[in-house]
Order: sequence, then structure tokens, then C-alpha cells
Amino acid sequence: MTALTPSAASPSVIDRARAWARARNIPPVYGILVIIFFVSILADLFFGIDNQLFIFNPTILTNILVRSVALGIVAVGQTFVVLGASIDLSVAYMISVTAVGASYLMAGDPNRVWWTVIVLFVVGAVVGLVNGTIITKLKVNPLIATLGVGLILKGLLNASFANFAGSVPISFQAFAYNAIGPLPISVLVLFAVVIAGWFLLRRTRYGAHLYAVGGSEETARLSGLHTDRILTIAHVICSMTAVLTGLFVVSRLRSGAPWVGTDGLYDLESIAATVIGGTALSGGKGGVWGTLAGVLIFSLLDTMFNQIGIDAYMKQILRGAVIILAVGFYTFRSKAEQG
Amino acid sequence: MTQITATTSASESFGARAMHWLRTINPVYYIALVLLVAVGYLNPVFYTPDPFLAFLARAAPLMILTAGQVFVLVSGGFDLSVGSVVTSTVIISAILANNDPNSTWWVILFLLAGGVLVGLINGAVTTFLKVPSLISTLGMLLVVRGVGLLWSGGAPRGYLPDNLRMFGRSGIEGIFGLRQFPYAVILLVVFAVLYWLLLHRMNYGRQLLALGDNPRASRLSGVNISLVRVSAFVICSVSAAIAGILIGGRGGVSIEAGTGLEMQSIAAAVLGGTMLLGGRGSVPAAMTGALALEVLFTLLNLMGLPKPLRDAVQGLIIIGAVAYTAYSTRKTR
Repeated sequence: MTALTPSAASPSVIDRARAWARARNIPPVYGILVIIFFVSILADLFFGIDNQLFIFNPTILTNILVRSVALGIVAVGQTFVVLGASIDLSVAYMISVTAVGASYLMAGDPNRVWWTVIVLFVVGAVVGLVNGTIITKLKVNPLIATLGVGLILKGLLNASFANFAGSVPISFQAFAYNAIGPLPISVLVLFAVVIAGWFLLRRTRYGAHLYAVGGSEETARLSGLHTDRILTIAHVICSMTAVLTGLFVVSRLRSGAPWVGTDGLYDLESIAATVIGGTALSGGKGGVWGTLAGVLIFSLLDTMFNQIGIDAYMKQILRGAVIILAVGFYTFRSKAEQG
Repeated sequence: MTQITATTSASESFGARAMHWLRTINPVYYIALVLLVAVGYLNPVFYTPDPFLAFLARAAPLMILTAGQVFVLVSGGFDLSVGSVVTSTVIISAILANNDPNSTWWVILFLLAGGVLVGLINGAVTTFLKVPSLISTLGMLLVVRGVGLLWSGGAPRGYLPDNLRMFGRSGIEGIFGLRQFPYAVILLVVFAVLYWLLLHRMNYGRQLLALGDNPRASRLSGVNISLVRVSAFVICSVSAAIAGILIGGRGGVSIEAGTGLEMQSIAAAVLGGTMLLGGRGSVPAAMTGALALEVLFTLLNLMGLPKPLRDAVQGLIIIGAVAYTAYSTRKTR
């Protein structure tokens, strides 16, 4: 009996950590993030193909954050629509439209940066408005509505551009490549977006309304909320984060091509990151900090796979398995009937 | 006087009843009809037997795939992995068969077993780990495609022997005065009947629809919901493997063989009035939805639209059709 005491002590450490995290409203996905972090260190230690451990290498550590920027920004937007019990499959095409549009409109001229950026955000807002209107007014299922809008964007884009078009000026590439002190600008932008998302969701009336709509649309409507308007605004926000991701992608690539959004699988991966982060697909539960952890898990895994030299296709397999297991990690105890 | 009133009211009620009856017909049949007429108008040859059968053979994979997807959709789930199953089926069959005609039968068995395995994993993860199927099948989308690409090294290699390709590209020669009766059409009819029986004429189908409508109620009334749900995923993945054999036979080996099919099959099923999140759906209507999509592709092709614009029109039509279906269901209620 006494021999069991040491092993009995360890769950209490986990329990205490859990209680500590819960008291501070830290989503449980951070537990998974920490576990994967330690597993990565061990994997790097035993199977790493170079002699340098990533944990002691600030460049690689910063890189994990930079890797998260593109997916992270759009995943924050995706979190908004998923919280409203909707979904957005058009973001990947919106990213492509932005990337191509930016490099085509800027055409390497620094003077055209600002109005191009404004035009693209307006386009994003219009696309979000269209998504939201089709879903709320025409009552089309969000999966189908945003898939349809995505196909329309894809069609129009591919009909106009076949390849890389134009380029962004060097000054615009500062967004992707410059740093303030040790922190890259892009990472600061990511954190700004996450904090803005958190503020909007947790500290404003709009956020409370969005949670109410996602929790039960009917109840929210009967309590006098303009549910259609609230969900449409979430879609506008989501499309605009896709625009911001598109701007980051094009500032890194210097020029946009019609396939940059779809090749990045931003639609499905942003949904996966949102759900791994603990936001319920049925809406009304979750938040942007969890989503950030979901995105960090993806980048951390990518970095570890690179460190231990895993084949590109094997990476896909492991990525898929991690998505399933990470979500299964906290759903398997639930009593809810899943579909 | 009374007689006249009686006859007019009878004829009115007949007209009203006819209108009512026409309104109860699933709008997808009208959509398909309009598109078929339009294609026939632009290209009268379309309605001679051989070209029409060739068209059906081309539509067969998506129709079989959509019928399988319906089983998962009515149970309240999604299957996003079907496109990857098609791609991997095509890639792996070429590697395994490697142009050896004797291998065909065990390769087909292997592919179907692969379909069963993917379906079992999708179903088990969704049912027992309680992962939402959108996520579990998204994970499997990556896993299945990864396995196919890993096996082949990322580029298509190997060849499909003719007796494996025949299902997708050839048929029975010279019967019914036809040049060729495609095997794909035979398979299409067989699966249409089989799936129709399974979903609409058997206890299993009723249990599946009940599960999609209200899982708790169906469990309490004694349905083995785990078994029913897992089997729906298995039916869907096996359909994808069969579609993969047809697509590989028709188009040859490509790593893009199944790209986008997951969303096309869901859109086709929804076009056919299948309700997302479960409880309502019909195999014939969903297959007609898939047919309508394929007719639409043919039509846009005939109209000489550049391929990218076809995507845009497809998107518009899907939204429009689903919005119309939503509108008419609200009105009839």
C-alpha cells in the first residue's frame, strides 16, 4: 500500500495542474500542447537528424511562431463563425483571391499598397456579407453556402489568372520578414488578432450575443437578438481574417498564384485547429485562445517532423492522426451522441 | 345546376390535386429534367442510345459515391474522406496490379477490404471516441491520402491491366443493337437498386433514419446505434472504393483522381433533398442530384464556357437549388 504512494502522488500533480488551469480559464488544449512540446523535445533528443536541439535554438523557436501566423489569423475568424454554429469553407479561396489581388494591384509599386489593402478588405467584407446573407436569409446550410461561394471565387479567379501575377513591393514584404527586436512583425500581428478576437468575444456585448446565437439560435431570437445580423457579422469578420492571412502569404511569397490558398488547406485546417482548441462545432462554446493552441500544435508538430527528418507523406498521415486523437482526447468521455 | 357545380368543383379539385402532387415531387427531378432537356436541345445526338449510355457511364462514379454518402448524411454525419479513398484506390490498384491481368481479382478484393477498413476507422472514431465526424473524416482524409502517396512515392506509377480497367471504360459488345453496354452502367443500376432497398425497404434503413433524426430516442427504442452508425460509414467508404475502381479504369492513374469529390458528393446529396445533420434523405433523389451535377458539367462544356467559369456556375447553381429547396420546404410546412 505504501509502495503505491509515489505513483498515487503523480495524478494529484496532474489534478492540481488541472485545477490551477481551470481557475485561470486556461483551455484544456494547452495540456495537450505542453505534452506534445515535451514529446517533441524527447523525439528531437533521440531521433534528431542534426546535433542541435530545437529547444536551445531561438531561431527555430521563433520559427514555430512564424509558421503559425498564416493559419492562426484565419483560424481566429473561423472560431467566430463556428461559435455561431456556422462554418466557412470559402476562406481558402478568399486567401487565394487576396494573394493574387494584392500582387496584381500593387504591381511592385509602394504607393499603391494602402489603397490595395483597403480594396481587399472591402472585397473580404462583401464576401462575408454574401456568405452571411445566403445562410441567414436564404436558409442555405452554411457548409453548402460557403462551399458554393468558394467555388464562385475559385472560378472567377482561375478565369482571370493562370499563374503568378505581378508582385508586391519590397516595402510590403516587411510584414513577413521584418522584426521589432526579437519578435517578427507577423507574430505581433497574430497576437494582436488573437487579443482583438478575445476582447470582442469576451469583453463586448457583440461577443456575448454571438455565444447566445451559437448556443441556441431560437432562444437568442426569442430573447430579442437580431440573430441574422449577429451571424452575418461573424462571417464578415471571418472573411476579413482570411484577407489578412492572404496579405501575409503574399508578402512572404512576393507574388500570389491562384492555388496558394487551397494548397495550404486553410479551409479544413482552420476548422481542425478551431475544434482541437475546444470550440464546439455545434456552436456556443469555446474561444480564440484555444484555437491559438490548436494552431501552435500544428506548427510544433511540423517543426518536430522536420527535426527528425520525417517523409512529407508520412507527415500528412501523422497530422491526420493527431487531429483525430487530439479531439478524441477530450470528447471520448462525453456522453453526447456525436454525428 | 348542382351537376355543373359538382363537375367544376371536381375538375378544380383534380387540378388542385395535380398541382399539389406536382409540388410534392422533389425539386431535384425538375432540375435534372430541365438540364437534360437543355443538353438535348444543344446536342440532339445526346439522346441516341450509345452517347447517352457513355454519359451515364461517366456519371456512374459520382452517383455511386453520392448514394454511399447519403447513408452517412442521413445518420447525422459527414464523410470528407471519400475523395482521398478514391485517389488512394486508383494509386494503389496501379501499384498492386502492375499490369498483371491475373492479379485483378485479388486487387479488387484488397481495395474493397481497404474501403471497409477506412469505413470502420471513420465509424469507430466517431462512435466510440465521440469525435465529430467532420473532424474524424477530415483526419482520415489526410491519413488515407498520405498512405496512397507514401506507397507510391508521390507520383503515379504502375499500370492497370485491361481486365481491371474494363469496369470503367468498356462494356458488353453488341447487345440490344448497341455498340456497347458499359459495365459501369450495370454497376450503377445494381448499386442504385441495392442501396434503395437498403435505405427505403429494409429495417436497417429505418433504423438509420431514426438514428439521424434523434439518436437518443432510437437508442432507447432498442436500435444498436453504434453498429448502425459504423455500418453507414463502411457503406460510404466501400462505395468510394468502387467509384475509385471506375474512375481509375476510365481516366487512368493520377494523384488528382479524387480531388474535390467529397464536397461534390455532399453537394449532390443536398441537391437531392438530403438533410444535413441527418434524419431525411433519399437514395434515388440524391443519385439524381449527382446526375444533375454531371449533366450540368456536360451542358457548361457544350456551351463552350472555359473550365474555371464552370466552377463558378456550379457554385451558383448549388446555392440556388438548395435555397429553392429550403424555400419550398418552408412553404409546404
